[in-house]
Amino acid sequence: MGKKKKSDIVGKIPKGIWLLISLAVALILWTILSFGESTGRVFPNVILVAKSIGTMIERGLLFEDISSSLISVIAGFAIGFVTSIPVAFLMAWYRPVRYILEPWIQFIRNIPPLAYVPLVVIGVGVGRTPQIIVIWLATFLIMTVTVFQGVINVDETLIKAARVLGANDVNLFVKVIFPATTPFIITAVRLGISTALTTLIAAESTGAMAGLGMRIKALSNSYETQPMLLYIIIIGVIGMAAEKILKVVERKLTGWQEKREI
Amino acid sequence: MAGKEGNIKVSIQGIEKRYHTRNGDVVALNGVDFNIKENEFICVIGPSGCGKSTLLNIIAGLLEPTAGQVIVDGKKVQGTGIDRGVVFQQYALFPWLTVRKNVEFGLKLKGMDKAQRDETVNKYLKMVELEKFTDSYPKELSGGMKQRVAIARAYAMNPSVLLMDEPFGALDAQTRTQLQTELLKTWEEEHKTCFFVTHDIEEAIVLATRVVIMSARPGRIKEVVDIDIPYPRDQETKMSERFIELKNHIWSQVYQEYLEVRK
Repeated sequence: MGKKKKSDIVGKIPKGIWLLISLAVALILWTILSFGESTGRVFPNVILVAKSIGTMIERGLLFEDISSSLISVIAGFAIGFVTSIPVAFLMAWYRPVRYILEPWIQFIRNIPPLAYVPLVVIGVGVGRTPQIIVIWLATFLIMTVTVFQGVINVDETLIKAARVLGANDVNLFVKVIFPATTPFIITAVRLGISTALTTLIAAESTGAMAGLGMRIKALSNSYETQPMLLYIIIIGVIGMAAEKILKVVERKLTGWQEKREI
Repeated sequence: MAGKEGNIKVSIQGIEKRYHTRNGDVVALNGVDFNIKENEFICVIGPSGCGKSTLLNIIAGLLEPTAGQVIVDGKKVQGTGIDRGVVFQQYALFPWLTVRKNVEFGLKLKGMDKAQRDETVNKYLKMVELEKFTDSYPKELSGGMKQRVAIARAYAMNPSVLLMDEPFGALDAQTRTQLQTELLKTWEEEHKTCFFVTHDIEEAIVLATRVVIMSARPGRIKEVVDIDIPYPRDQETKMSERFIELKNHIWSQVYQEYLEVRK
């Protein structure tokens, strides 16, 4: 029963405090690493990294990079979302569509985006367009697969119940299949956002003029590890912020779910 | 056998249902003929795999028979229709809708106006004693409560015939008898024509005006037993001599079929 008692103490400390403790542990670890000879090259001192915020702002790059990446990520993700939903539903609804598309989606999904970046550039040239295309493709694939799984997993008795209550095909879609799929759509959005961010480096190696991913590569050429680490952290922070927003949306939309993790 | 002439509500005519499987055709139902009169409470009983749920699904229009037809109120069944309400074993409540909205679902599709909808919902939620839970979500309810909502939802549509597919099969014994009693009370008030599938013999006898015993594969009607125990009935009915007599009879019939299945 000793274990139980221990977990009670753990439970007594509020979640926010735990977050601070986690942050402190990371900072201590980081600082320790910064004193090592080789680890110090990878993890420059926290203060130096913080100072690089000023450096990058002075160079007029920080906000430009963030906004450029956000535009690509948001545009690519948004187009990916808008296109994946109908394709996923069509695949679930019409078996020929599924049989023709599914193998290709699975096939392309496992190819690292960096591999087809040169082809995209040859096709559409440099600039914003190839970035959006690369992110769109990656997010489209993962979201289509996820939403498709959701649609084919809709509880059949719910469909039967709706039918016997007088639902026609349109009612069935709007009032049953769509709400029943919402949890999967949320999951798809979650995966889509993280895919968009992880694809950023590949997307911005299409000759981008600015962007977090492009800048990290540029900084690596001049061995500027402090701003590099800063940029890496910024990408992580954007991901976490997106996740937080999504959690709020999720609670609003799928609070009815039977199993609900916190 | 069949007492006074009532209006025939549901006429099941020469129903056959075959399934194609890798190991050849399986005949789930073969030559099922049966009439359900208005205000009857029919319970169908038989070993698992006798096609009783298949028959219910065919009446509901959720399955198409391979041969034969079902006539409800003089019209041939073609697909589902709101003249036939269905209560499923797995409740089938829409988890994203509150209790009220679940009951309202079909009424809205029917185009009923708000005031009438509210009145209907309140009436039937009161009937199943869930008026305090109108704004709860299904996940907040117990199994028995969920099934009450499903029953209210089916009743609210005011169907010609109510089809129930082992509605209490997933519930614990206590909740089950409680819901049986409630359903009896409701039926004694409204005399809604019911077609109730179960594998619980006591449940069948306590509820039904007639019990249909089905034989194992291929599913056929083996015997129709008039339950001549007067209403109102309750759980104590299960102790009466006539009840036990009927139970023994039906049990031996079903048991024979059960042995058939095991062969």
